[in-house]
Amino acid sequence: MSRFLTEYQLNFWERILAPAFVATIEMVIITTILGTIFGFLVAVVLLVTDKDGIHPNRFIYGLVSFIVNVIRSFPFLILMIFLLPFTKLVVGTSIGVRAAVVPLIVSATAFIAKLIVNAMQEVDKGLIEAMKSFGISEAQVVFKVMFSEAMPAIISGVILAMVAILGSTAMAGAMGAGGIGSVAITYGYQKFNEVVMVLTAGILIVFVQLIEIVGKWVYRKMK
Amino acid sequence: MIEIRGLQKSFGDLKVLNNIDLTIEDGEIYGLVGKSGAGKSTLLRCINGLEKYSAGSLKIDGVEVKELDRKELRNFRKGVSMIFQHFPMLTRKTVYENIAFPMRCWGYDKQTIDKRVKELAELVGISEKLNQRPRQLSGGQQQRVAIARALTMEPKILLSDEATSALDPVTTRAILQLLRDINEKLGITIIVVTHQMSVIKDVCEKVTLLEAGELVVSGPVDELFMNQPEELKTFLGEEQFHVDNNGVNIQIMLSDENESKNIVSRMSRELDMDFTIVNSEMERYRDKYLGYLILNYADEHKRKVETYLKQNNIIWRYYQSHSEEEE
Repeated sequence: MSRFLTEYQLNFWERILAPAFVATIEMVIITTILGTIFGFLVAVVLLVTDKDGIHPNRFIYGLVSFIVNVIRSFPFLILMIFLLPFTKLVVGTSIGVRAAVVPLIVSATAFIAKLIVNAMQEVDKGLIEAMKSFGISEAQVVFKVMFSEAMPAIISGVILAMVAILGSTAMAGAMGAGGIGSVAITYGYQKFNEVVMVLTAGILIVFVQLIEIVGKWVYRKMK
Repeated sequence: MIEIRGLQKSFGDLKVLNNIDLTIEDGEIYGLVGKSGAGKSTLLRCINGLEKYSAGSLKIDGVEVKELDRKELRNFRKGVSMIFQHFPMLTRKTVYENIAFPMRCWGYDKQTIDKRVKELAELVGISEKLNQRPRQLSGGQQQRVAIARALTMEPKILLSDEATSALDPVTTRAILQLLRDINEKLGITIIVVTHQMSVIKDVCEKVTLLEAGELVVSGPVDELFMNQPEELKTFLGEEQFHVDNNGVNIQIMLSDENESKNIVSRMSRELDMDFTIVNSEMERYRDKYLGYLILNYADEHKRKVETYLKQNNIIWRYYQSHSEEEE
């Protein structure tokens, strides 16, 4: 009996949990990296076109910030459904990790863009004025001064985003994305398997803790 | 030379600078003093183009600042540096990198940067601190770093916006002394904005008092002190001494550089009369000591004393307490 259980557990681990684990890590990492890159680009557009920016442009600023706010106000599950046609267009499928990553990135981009903008606007206005008084160009002020000064805040923002992304991947699991979340739903919830439920929750907790620990370490290094 | 003529600046309907006329010669330490909101910081920011003026003219060595385009303005600012009240620093970079930063942005080569950073660190007295982070330094040391950073582009003019207002009195003295040294060694024109009269007394040769965006009085610091125009007294909010209504009260201005310093004893001896000293004060102005005495004496000597003071070229005036004026 006990051998059967062990074999079953082993099987379960190899066939279900391990791939799910990999899928989750994949989704979190891809989303964080691409979300940060796109988020940064969006943040730069917002900062440059802002009324105090280098090239104020009310139309572009208004449009981009409106889109960012709309995306952020969607619950992730709804956003995912809403974006289905777009997802299919981009990756050619609407199921699996690849498909899940599209709405994940869209949502993360909006979130991280906002975090970066906030972090950069927190940079001491006096410092920016001082830098301008040395004849340093506005582009240098944005990239060398504001970005560099805001770096620790941006890092801790990205860590925050990573934990949120991890939560979203679990939701994406509901739509056949795979990953720990999907295991929790199919095996834990739908099959009433409490052990799996607890196990997946445990894995997620450990995951969040790991992200936090690494994040704190990086943050301290940066500061 | 900085020539300001009929300078105007408004924020919306609010006039912050109105018809300012000012000339600042090369190599001077010039003070702009006034209450907060008087427009002195705005005037300072017009000089390096951080603020645009709406009308009038502001020329530095013949160049009209508002006519510079974006690129010219950046180049122009190399020659007009600035230090601030809260000495903003790049918090994540070392002191060395902070001083080097403007030069790095302007693409100077490594050797030039290294040489100049070390020279300037030596000049301001922070050579030991180059590898530390700004926040490990005290306020005074951070302001020294800021001064070194401001000097990296070899400016002709240094603008100081309340640079000592966040520092304690002893540190303030030291920073002001440093500014004087820089002025003497490098011949840089320094314009000091402050609300502290002590700063003006310590370093400035000339001063302009601004009030609600208008220039109120202007001139050499010692002259202004000796002549005590009403506007200056109002700004200083000097306390009025209650003087005896019996007899005559006069205020005699003293300077350690002329014969006024022993005037009372001489006058008393030569005129053979007595004086009561009501109040007296001496203060240091850069390297001079200036002050005043308020004396009281009997009415019958009024003419005699007046003649004596005039003969001796003493600056003096009759002194009345406020209560008397109100009556």
